[in-house]
Amino acid sequence: MAHRKPRLAVWKFASCDGCQLSLLDCEDELLAIAGALEIAYFPEATRGDVTGVYDLSLVEGSITTPHDAERILDVRHRSKKLVTIGACATAGGIQALRNFADVREYASVVYAHPEYIETLATSTAISQHVPVDFELRGCPINKGQLIDVVSAFLTGRRPNTPAQSVCIECKLKGNVCVMVARAVPCLGPVTHAGCGALCPSYDRGCYGCFGPKETPNAPSLSGWFERLGVDEKGLQRVYRTFNANAEPFRNESQRHDAQDHQG
Amino acid sequence: MTRKTIKVDLLARVEGEGALKIVVRDGKVKSAEFNIFEPPRFFEAFLRGRHFAETPDIVARICGICPIAYQMSAVHALENLLGVEVSGPLRDLRRLIYCGEWIESHVLHIYMLHAPDFLGYDGGVQMARDHGAAVTRGLQLKKVGNEILQLLGGREIHPVNVRVGGFHRAPRKRELRPLAEKLKWAREAAIETARWVSTFDFPERERDYIFVSLRPADEYPFNAGRIVSNRGLDISAADYDAHFEETHVSHSTALHSHLREDGGSYLTGPLARFNLNFDRLSPLAREVAREIGLAATCRNPYRSIMVRAIETIYACDEALRVIETYEEPDRPFAPVEPRAGVGYAATEAPRGLLYHRYGLDAQGTILDAQIVPPTSQNQACLEEDLLDFVGGFLHLPDDDLRRRCEQTVRNYDPCISCATHFLRLEMDRS
Ligand code: SF4
Ligand code: SF4
Repeated sequence: MAHRKPRLAVWKFASCDGCQLSLLDCEDELLAIAGALEIAYFPEATRGDVTGVYDLSLVEGSITTPHDAERILDVRHRSKKLVTIGACATAGGIQALRNFADVREYASVVYAHPEYIETLATSTAISQHVPVDFELRGCPINKGQLIDVVSAFLTGRRPNTPAQSVCIECKLKGNVCVMVARAVPCLGPVTHAGCGALCPSYDRGCYGCFGPKETPNAPSLSGWFERLGVDEKGLQRVYRTFNANAEPFRNESQRHDAQDHQG
Repeated sequence: MTRKTIKVDLLARVEGEGALKIVVRDGKVKSAEFNIFEPPRFFEAFLRGRHFAETPDIVARICGICPIAYQMSAVHALENLLGVEVSGPLRDLRRLIYCGEWIESHVLHIYMLHAPDFLGYDGGVQMARDHGAAVTRGLQLKKVGNEILQLLGGREIHPVNVRVGGFHRAPRKRELRPLAEKLKWAREAAIETARWVSTFDFPERERDYIFVSLRPADEYPFNAGRIVSNRGLDISAADYDAHFEETHVSHSTALHSHLREDGGSYLTGPLARFNLNFDRLSPLAREVAREIGLAATCRNPYRSIMVRAIETIYACDEALRVIETYEEPDRPFAPVEPRAGVGYAATEAPRGLLYHRYGLDAQGTILDAQIVPPTSQNQACLEEDLLDFVGGFLHLPDDDLRRRCEQTVRNYDPCISCATHFLRLEMDRS
């Protein structure tokens, strides 16, 4: 029998589409990827077949509705390998800010008829619902890492995505530390590498869009932030962005829950 | 009696997830619904309590295809509130970064999302088998747009360099220079794109739209200008709420924007900008528009693919102008101090007018936010197109008819994940 091309599917849950768009932003590689794989399901790019079994599923977005909580079970069932792409899928994304608030109140702010809104009180990562073979960090993910992960799964090796902090990438780049030299608060010490230390290279502190690195010491970093003049409310917000529901960031933000916080 | 329902459960090649339902009775289109089933993400709710300086990073995440549009509308609304004027090279750099976004977004739509409709393919990748040279040209052209975003923003999706008052870091002259060569190629490629799409077979369908777009005094609109229409509207962004309203109608699946005066739908986006600002295009863009048969007024929405190509030429031209005249600013941003108040702005996202309003307290904490994305504004108009046009396609076999309906939606390049205002309406709640 002729060798069949591995079938790729790209799924979307609650998200901004940015991570799957990264695939279409691989202008130089896109046609090669399309040659090596059968793009079996990728609605942002093409009509496709939603009924098959897939060798590799890329999953973007978080689980925020009862329907999606069901749908992810089906996606898992039909995927030999399932890789989550981005902060939404690996940590619940920015929409996980609802996890710290009252979602009904949120709905009433945004919609005239909140009773029509069907939504869960939480936004959760894919791994909280089904087993996941690999999680690719970032909001958005890094294109180079995405290509590496796809080819790793095609060739059966481990993806080559180092688990160190953004600080290491800064050192490799020869950046001057924005926190030491200019007293700019920076989440680099606790944030997962992958972006190539983008923010410090643009003269600003890291805001943590790649989520917590392995074994981050967030309480210690918060102490440094305080010395730079960041107040409790500010500290809470610093960890409560695109990876707010990733455990180390969630714990640290909750440590700084202001007393007067809406309840 | 003939009954027919055309359903597209998951509309492909739009950003985000939507569906389409057309009901036909006795040879007439009875209803047309464009359903949004994007889960709500509540941006306007959780922006409250954030510091204004965080806004550009947060609102970028509304949409991965046009993050710059969200960042630009937000910083302009906040600067309006804080009394900050961004001028000179910083203002030009903002136009440049918007050029990058228009190029990558328009070219993605032209080559990967919309052209396959005209040429009969499931997507751009499939189309590449027979139209390899065109698709390769498209990808390379899109890449030039992304390179502008990368240089000015750090990365193409959710750029990190935009801030209230300007940029975190301004580029050096020598960093911009290599872009000029690429843009000269891109401008030629955009002209070829315009000629290429003009050979497509366009359904002869027109409507007498109310076009709404920004119109600045002396340039094609990106970040600034009065909000005008072809029916005499001429207001500042601060008056947006007095003239536009979002309603929640019972038969509909999403919030629709209407003009308050007569409750009518209106069209924003490339066609509206082109028709209201033809005289503001660069001479080259105007010349190519005429050459490919676009008169100064185009009411055929299927030809929006041609207008996108013309706007791509303009964006290359304008990007070149900025790069060639750029002088490094003394500092990358104007100073900003928090104050209490309300600020407004509208900018031109690739798919149309994007309106933001913010209220701040004296410490700079956001009290409330309102964001009206272009797809929400176009939604009523889009459904009217379907009602109006689909009747003319009923003789087609079902599969072709379905494709025509999808194409009619894709004219708008709708961006559904900018779901600040969309909702899923359960009509049957047994
Ligand atoms: S992780 Fe960020 S870029 Fe990716 S889909 Fe979510 S919001 Fe968009
Ligand atoms: S430096 Fe931090 S915030 Fe900036 S892109 Fe990298 S991980 Fe994201």
